Amino acid sequence: MSTDSAPATQEPDRPASHTPPPGLVALFLAFARMSLAGFGGVLVFARQAIVEQHRWMNADEFNETFALCHFLPGPNIVNLSMVFGARLRGIAGGMAAFAGLLLPPTLIMTVLAMIYARFGDVEVLRRILAGISCAAVGLLIAVVFRMMTPLLKRLDVVALILMLGVFLAIGVLRLPLQAVLLVAIPVSVGTVFLMRRKVAA
Amino acid sequence: MNAENPIWALISTFGLMSLFAVGGAAAAVPEMHRIAVDVHHWMTEKQFADAYAIAQLSPGPNVLIVTLIGYAVAGIPGALAATLAMCLPTALLAYYVSRLLNRPSQSRWPGLIQAALVPLSIGLMAASALILAQSTDRTIAALLLTATVAVVASVSRINPLWLLLAGGLLSFAGIV
Repeated sequence: MSTDSAPATQEPDRPASHTPPPGLVALFLAFARMSLAGFGGVLVFARQAIVEQHRWMNADEFNETFALCHFLPGPNIVNLSMVFGARLRGIAGGMAAFAGLLLPPTLIMTVLAMIYARFGDVEVLRRILAGISCAAVGLLIAVVFRMMTPLLKRLDVVALILMLGVFLAIGVLRLPLQAVLLVAIPVSVGTVFLMRRKVAA
Repeated sequence: MNAENPIWALISTFGLMSLFAVGGAAAAVPEMHRIAVDVHHWMTEKQFADAYAIAQLSPGPNVLIVTLIGYAVAGIPGALAATLAMCLPTALLAYYVSRLLNRPSQSRWPGLIQAALVPLSIGLMAASALILAQSTDRTIAALLLTATVAVVASVSRINPLWLLLAGGLLSFAGIV
């Protein structure tokens, strides 16, 4: 695929602790690269690129930005590209990251749609997909674990209990999302408020 | 541009849908199915299932199943219109909300709310991982594959693509 050979040439990244904000082209290419790598979801690759590879954000900043995008309507990772790009480079940066995330895969998807319209059988694809989905779930578990590490390191018991509560309510008990959030958001905001006041006092 | 124009139908359908898609694209898939198959008859049941499989298998955000729906309705312009309608309005909304929250001000509420959302967000992600695992890991081999990838990706810095490729090869060979 010629589309992903271009980002690969833009490799040399300096290992600084908080690197200076990238230019618009660098943003576009970085998001294009994570998007093209993102089989079965882009979050895994987005966190790897932003936090570990480029160090544009630390683990906590990434968590907060993602959490915001997660709770706003729309596809999370698309929201993240816009918010993240805009934080570094204003609205132009947001558009660059947004375009980088969406343009290459949209083109690929359109080509696949044409192929499908012509041949229309995806049995082989589906067989390969089965294993890829299993691996993708494993990757998702790993990224959840990595996102948890700031909370674990800080021994943030309250946050860990809230996290576990949401996980049990949605994942195990299968309660409806809206009902869970209607309870969890006020509880979480209230506890953080009380704890910060206690620390300040 | 009249109401029968398929491009306009795509834009209004997905633009509206995205505004109610809280919790990610996966949460919107049942609604996409209802609209594309049952309401507008843009696709057959099998076409939709295939589109879902292709979107999962292709790189990029999984929300791009809308690109395939758009293509089925109105070719390349339809593909682009559906993609932008699903992604751009909410991305701009997120931009404005984030700018509002991060405006330098005396108030500590914005930072407080964002911090409070973090554990909930991670809990939700963990829940989707569990739900996905329950639907994909139907055999011991599949479960082992997921567990192995989870451990390897947590403790090493291996490129995740290799793990996905390994999964694809294992299932192509009929092992998983």
